[in-house]
Amino acid sequence: MSQQVAITTRGVTRDFQSGSQTITVLHGIDTEIRAGELTYVVGESGSGKTTLISIMCGILWPTKGEVTVFGTDIYDLDDTALVDFRLENIGFIFQQYNLIPSIDAASNAAVPLIAQGMDRHEAREKARGMLEKLNIGDQADKLPNQLSGGQQQRVAIARALVHEPRLVVCDEPTAALDANSGRRVMDLLREVAVAEDRACIIVTHDNRVFDLADRILVLEDGLITHDGKEMPDDH
Amino acid sequence: MLWIAIRMLTGDKQKFYGLVFGIAFSTLLITQQLTIFINLIERGASAVYSEPTADVWVMDPVSRTPDVNFPMPATALDKVRGVPGVEWAVPHLRAGASVRTSDGDLEGVSIVGVDDATLIGLPKRLIEGDISVLSQPDSVIIDDVGAGKLFENGADPIGARLELNDQRAVIRGIADAIPTFTSQVTLYTKYSQALNYVPGTRNRMTFVIANAADGITHEELASRIEEQTGLRARTREEFAQDGIDFIIENTGIPLNFGITVALGFIVGVAIVGLTFSLFIRDNIKQFGALKAIGVTNAKIRKMVTVQAGLVGLIGYGLGILATVAFIWGFSGNPDFKGFYIPWQIPLISCAAVFVILGLTGWLSLRTVLKTEPAAVFR
Repeated sequence: MSQQVAITTRGVTRDFQSGSQTITVLHGIDTEIRAGELTYVVGESGSGKTTLISIMCGILWPTKGEVTVFGTDIYDLDDTALVDFRLENIGFIFQQYNLIPSIDAASNAAVPLIAQGMDRHEAREKARGMLEKLNIGDQADKLPNQLSGGQQQRVAIARALVHEPRLVVCDEPTAALDANSGRRVMDLLREVAVAEDRACIIVTHDNRVFDLADRILVLEDGLITHDGKEMPDDH
Repeated sequence: MLWIAIRMLTGDKQKFYGLVFGIAFSTLLITQQLTIFINLIERGASAVYSEPTADVWVMDPVSRTPDVNFPMPATALDKVRGVPGVEWAVPHLRAGASVRTSDGDLEGVSIVGVDDATLIGLPKRLIEGDISVLSQPDSVIIDDVGAGKLFENGADPIGARLELNDQRAVIRGIADAIPTFTSQVTLYTKYSQALNYVPGTRNRMTFVIANAADGITHEELASRIEEQTGLRARTREEFAQDGIDFIIENTGIPLNFGITVALGFIVGVAIVGLTFSLFIRDNIKQFGALKAIGVTNAKIRKMVTVQAGLVGLIGYGLGILATVAFIWGFSGNPDFKGFYIPWQIPLISCAAVFVILGLTGWLSLRTVLKTEPAAVFR
């Protein structure tokens, strides 16, 4: 596999204000995420992992530091350009899926294409193809509340991948699943979201799936304390 | 994205119906109350509207409206006729009287005395009878709303005898007239006959109604009459407005209807504001997800605008339809006779709906725009 660098962070720091107090959540993170790898960001609650991936995918400004995604310094872009960059290059899978309850699975999966300006019918057809690839093509016309949790998650995955982004970001994709389902989702993500020119970052603290990662970054108190193929022994 | 916005809205049926109801209810309240208000105050001008021919009304300088008047000497008629540019001028009498009803009650009525020779001053159309009936002794023509009021038991008014200020009167026709502001019974008779019915003072002619000769405007004629006679002369339009203004200035009606219209607006803001903010709050994660995916704030604004627009269009349409149904449904009721919806009122309601949706949409939109895309990861 190629080792093209997908994301580079240099000195990324993020502060939050809590009343008069300033809390530093990330302390100068320097790392690289490589394409073709399934990268886990792991850590306890409050360790800064969600903040880190939010910054990596361009939805949260760092207080200091630089973030480059596939060669573009994303925080050097103006607001509109950054939004367009996300639309073209990044796919999101949220923990709670955040599907729109009143439109069917195909339309939900087609949202990024519709947002890009594609004709709705054409976008739905393309989304249907992605749902078939994820083995839920027969559920395309159903509303989210007519689908099981696993099926909803596949729709969310289809939505993240339908516009063929180069970076896929997942937040706790296995949190609500049993061990077998969780492993199936991770296998699926590896199959559809990881490619030579595509990176996939997953935030998780589900130790049942740690063995499926290509790389694990462990975050503790806003610092990367481990970077390797496996989890350190003390975790 | 606009299609998605509409589906997001219509998919949440409870809130969608709540929003539509809020707008429809506000529209109904504002449109219906304004319609009733306008039609009611226009009845201050009903005497002018019911008399179809006069260009100018001439009266004592202290007279203000058809019902608030002060009699003039009979010589005023000749003075008006002597003004150049007057094609014709006839006497007109409007006065109050009491009639004893068949069940012994006293009912206040308005006596209208029209010119004996020409019968100018009568309403344009009679529902029953013919204007020639006024040539028979003691004849009066009653207005249709008054007939319903005076003969509630369904008895035929034609031929009925009334005791009018101790004088005998026989109803021989029913006129299609616009009811007065107080819906008082109106009896039309010849001027000479009316003088018998109205308790005597030296001066009893309340108005002279006149027409302008060709080539003279109504305003010009009114001005000439005022200059040359010292009397007050008002064009048809001015005198109609005087009647309306009198009601506006001397009754609590504008305030009361104003309060109801304001309540309609406030209820609209409250229902729509609350429902819209609940809708946005319920969908905030979805909006946050859309923002994270790459939907710009401009597109989000358009989505919320389309949602508000759809609610406004349907709610406003239903509200106007309900108002039309109300007016149509009550058109047979004498109290609502001749009621119509002036074209300006739907425009005012539309503006109110626009403000309600603009205000509530803006408040809800602020929540969406302030939502950081990163919130979807929390």
